[in-house]
Amino acid sequence: MDEITKLVRDYVIREYLEEGDEREITETTPLISGGIVDSFSMVSLKRFLEKKCNIQIPDASATPDAFDTVQKIVALVHKFQKAQTVAV
Amino acid sequence: MAFIDAFRNRYQAEIDGIKAAGLFKEERYIHSPQRSEIEVEFPIGSKIKKCINICANNYLGLSSHPEVIAAAHAGLDSRGYGMSSVRFICGTQDIHRELENRLTEFLGTEDTLLFPSCMDANGGFFEACLNEQDVMIADRLVHASIVDGMRLCKAMQDTFKHSDMGHLEEKLQEHMDKRSRMIITDGVFSMDGDMAKLDEIVELAEKYDAMVFLDDSHASGFIGRTGRGTHEHCGVLGKIDVITTTLGKALGGASGGCVSGRRELVEMCRQRARPFLFSNSVAPVIVAGALKVLELITATTERRDKLEWNAKYWRGLLKDAGFDIKEGESPIVPVMLYDAKLAQDFARDLFAEGVYAIGFFFPVVPKGQARIRTQLSAAHEKHHLDFAIEAFKRVGEKHGVLGLGKKELLARAGA
Repeated sequence: MDEITKLVRDYVIREYLEEGDEREITETTPLISGGIVDSFSMVSLKRFLEKKCNIQIPDASATPDAFDTVQKIVALVHKFQKAQTVAV
Repeated sequence: MAFIDAFRNRYQAEIDGIKAAGLFKEERYIHSPQRSEIEVEFPIGSKIKKCINICANNYLGLSSHPEVIAAAHAGLDSRGYGMSSVRFICGTQDIHRELENRLTEFLGTEDTLLFPSCMDANGGFFEACLNEQDVMIADRLVHASIVDGMRLCKAMQDTFKHSDMGHLEEKLQEHMDKRSRMIITDGVFSMDGDMAKLDEIVELAEKYDAMVFLDDSHASGFIGRTGRGTHEHCGVLGKIDVITTTLGKALGGASGGCVSGRRELVEMCRQRARPFLFSNSVAPVIVAGALKVLELITATTERRDKLEWNAKYWRGLLKDAGFDIKEGESPIVPVMLYDAKLAQDFARDLFAEGVYAIGFFFPVVPKGQARIRTQLSAAHEKHHLDFAIEAFKRVGEKHGVLGLGKKELLARAGA
């Protein structure tokens, strides 16, 4: 598991699972369509990623589908890290 | 007209999908006034059946109270049926303002504005009072109407784990750069029946300069020593900045809602809340009935006291019978079954036994949290509850759920 995957997965568990919730979060667990993360709470996830990974995710790219699994979120982070590097 | 076959087929396919997912909702026709014993036609076209109603929001049993009905009749005679206008053109009567003043006194606030419903109050409030310079921080289990209202508002949206004060404090700290913070919560949570920790919320609000928004729809009229609501129960009367509530539950059960709180916030709603500006207000007949409701419940606490007794008695009966219930003090008592199909089958079998209750499952509650939500009323007599528990026991035994805890129930459902 790479560093960003771990960062995202740990955040999802800490931020969205209630105490005693034993659901396993894998890289492909559906987060939004699975009812673990609601559309409001997605905002805090986006803000966390932007702060921790030093990137800007445009609202248009922060779709429920793009945030639906840890795998997809990590792909999104990589995409904007690259975009930022190019821009620099 | 261009409702071509492709359109019809598309919608039919969606409806079929809802049915296939087991999420299709059917209405049951009630052929009597709302009360603890009702006459129900279900399925549609079948013979009318008498049932004990244990799922209404008729907490104080005032939906069909003779004095409320008489007051509504008098209001109909003296002020007419409809206003045919929004409030700001020619749709405000003296009794609308009188009801707002009575609600202000009852809730212990500075001012009140009536809305067509509490759904509308919640739908209109946030956009009228906050913008992109502000942040809304909501408990994750707030009512759907608050979620819709927040979606219409440009302020930043954030949430905290249900009733988790540590998490709320983290969020408040995180948003200190915003012009204002608003903490948003229900008083009594409609699906679990638990209460917000309003005293702790107010403490955090004072520490971090945040406003507090409270939807007290499942509390106004009966929670707290004199029924003022969750803020009375938690000892923070006068410290809540905005209370929204409904006339559609304990307070007569007809329709209508309000925003009540700091006079500037109420005035902002009067000037800018779109459901207030672009819709007729509550009809005169309902205003007259609601005024009588407030008169009745401020004269005596007899009804909320009886409701409290009923809720305690019912919780005891369910626990003694071996059901897994959500602990709490409110008259909302969820009987946990966890499995959606079981909840539906259970409700169907209860109906056959003469008890009307509904199964709730995803998306109304989280996946794996299906339940029968029972709600008590001051209109219930002890014999109603004794009858209902026998039905619950028979159905519980049939499905093999008596004496089982969460893990066993989940294992039984094959989850």
